Amino acid sequence: MALNLYYYASPATFYHLSGKLIPWFGWSAALLTAIGLYISFFMAPTDFQQGEAYRIIFIHVPAAWMSMFIYLIMAFWGAIGLAFKTRLSFMMSRALAPTGALFTFIALWTGALWGKPMWGAWWVWDARLTSELILLFLYIGIMALWAAIDDSQRGDRAGALLTLVGAINVPIIYFSVKWWNTLHQGASVSLTKAPSMAKIMLLGMLIMAIAAWLYTIAVALYRVRTLILERERNTDWVKALVEK
Amino acid sequence: MQWASVNDFMTMGGYGLYVWGSYVAMIAVVVIEIVLLRKGRSQTLKLLKRMRNWEEQ
Repeated sequence: MALNLYYYASPATFYHLSGKLIPWFGWSAALLTAIGLYISFFMAPTDFQQGEAYRIIFIHVPAAWMSMFIYLIMAFWGAIGLAFKTRLSFMMSRALAPTGALFTFIALWTGALWGKPMWGAWWVWDARLTSELILLFLYIGIMALWAAIDDSQRGDRAGALLTLVGAINVPIIYFSVKWWNTLHQGASVSLTKAPSMAKIMLLGMLIMAIAAWLYTIAVALYRVRTLILERERNTDWVKALVEK
Repeated sequence: MQWASVNDFMTMGGYGLYVWGSYVAMIAVVVIEIVLLRKGRSQTLKLLKRMRNWEEQ
């Protein structure tokens, strides 16, 4: 097992393997998005309180989940990279950041568009909203730090350290609706109790969330392959590949 | 299904701006990300090819 892991941690092996995996992740993400959208708009009924406005949930919640998950995975790869000095781990961390920032932006944007008709305000300085905004700044800050440091190894380490320190924000976002009185509602779906929403709505939301996962894997692998090419440009296998 | 007409679907019970504003933004950022990713890869490959040719001279 350990041997196998090292085998796949080699950038050359990973480059070829991931190239084969990307279409599978990409197309299954597209398929699940189509199914999820069909459920969201044609099967899920009108909400008795919020009318049709609630349909924003099908992207708002998956995007918000992804914004937190991706950050934790980035922190995980950063920690692995710092502990074991594995090049590929840092590259994975870098490859995830833009997609994490994208989902954070979407969570905030759709939240504003949902808040306006339901709360009467695009934005309030509520604990949930504010901590999610800080998450966006963390993503942007980490990417700016990477961009500012030319030496890629030093950049990797500095970025990983900042990512790890910032990880404290993720539980704050998650528990903000419990710890403080927030305008934002509490969790409708959690591991400890039955979900407080209609089954078909939940199904649509979960399918959209799985689609978001698959999409994230596909684009992160695509991005990491470009990073591998840049960093391994002086190796024989990249030179041979470029010549083709 | 709860839509009587296409118009009904577009107006979303008066919340059209908010619902479609959300979905259009999501689609837009995904399309932008995919375009940028493809562009980045082809630029990197072009650059590496140029460096390779330079070395061979």
